[in-house]
Amino acid sequence: MEKISFVLNGTATTVDVDPATPLLWVLRDHLHLTGTKYGCGMAVCGCCTVHLNGDAVRSCVTPVARARGQKVTTIEGLSPDLSHAVQRAWLAEQVPQCGYCQSGQMMSAACLLAANPRPTDGDIDDAMSGNLCRCGTYPRIRRAVHRAAEIASGGAGR
Amino acid sequence: MITRLLGGMLLLALARAAPGAASQTAGDADTRSREAFLKAYPVFMHPRCQNCHPAGDTPLQGEDSHVHDLLRLRRGPDGNGVYAMRCSNCHQAANGPGPHTPPGAPDPEADESRPAAPRWHLPGPATPMVFQGRTPGQLCRQLKDPKQNGGLAPDRFVHHVSTDPLVLWAWNPGEGRTSPPLSHAEFAAAVKEWLDGGGACPP
Repeated sequence: MEKISFVLNGTATTVDVDPATPLLWVLRDHLHLTGTKYGCGMAVCGCCTVHLNGDAVRSCVTPVARARGQKVTTIEGLSPDLSHAVQRAWLAEQVPQCGYCQSGQMMSAACLLAANPRPTDGDIDDAMSGNLCRCGTYPRIRRAVHRAAEIASGGAGR
Repeated sequence: MITRLLGGMLLLALARAAPGAASQTAGDADTRSREAFLKAYPVFMHPRCQNCHPAGDTPLQGEDSHVHDLLRLRRGPDGNGVYAMRCSNCHQAANGPGPHTPPGAPDPEADESRPAAPRWHLPGPATPMVFQGRTPGQLCRQLKDPKQNGGLAPDRFVHHVSTDPLVLWAWNPGEGRTSPPLSHAEFAAAVKEWLDGGGACPP
């Protein structure tokens, strides 16, 4: 066991865990932030996506040691009041069906928009192809990403 | 007088023989250099090496070097992927446990400000360093050309294949993956012999 400190959703946080523990389990089991989901456990599905210094890492395969001294953002920290453009767009487009994959989808979308405020369909495919949705909400996800881009740019978002 | 005459004849004979001998020596060195490259060539073309030196802009994976499963992966402007699909979003500083988990290698420049940072990427688009599909002669000429090898002079190239964690990873590839046909020491020695011998290339 080892004390590992990082900034989680803007708050300094310390956990006492095995450094090899996947970040996902630290978030869910130790810190009780259950918005980030377990899907495949091998970085294939994207359910567990969180931001590490703004990069959309797969927390199920990321050892918590990699987060030492870094900034981690989960779906709970995207905004304190659902005001992030991605959250507003996801609500407006009613994207989720079962919802299980959607926190990972939104974290990847937020990462895309941070780097590319006006993504094309091709950019969205490039960014989101690693986030699987067994309900098949992909058309709504694509619409929501475009809508989030409009919201973030100050537009009404259709 | 006879001694001087014999001495002169001997010198003349040596003078005539020398160019041929030098040529033969150079030819032998070229042959040894070329053979050293041909010894190393199967390592460059092995899936552990070739999969991240693809002909296209998408990494390969597996023993059959198929396009990286299902995902729409891109080389990106720096060789690290794009947006939420950057290589180190999944690949860590060490291999994942068990089969079919992402392999990983450490970033040698990691420090306390970036602990457990991974090093996993394709070559950048300006110097894609394609191995896939290259004949021995094509790959040989490409690898020793600093304009195509990332600006590596021969000594830096030898250093790269001897110490880079991504190269070394090929001999510690994780469960379910094979390693190249030579040991890493044999491979590094062959590359050194190839370049020390002048970097001779097959046709």
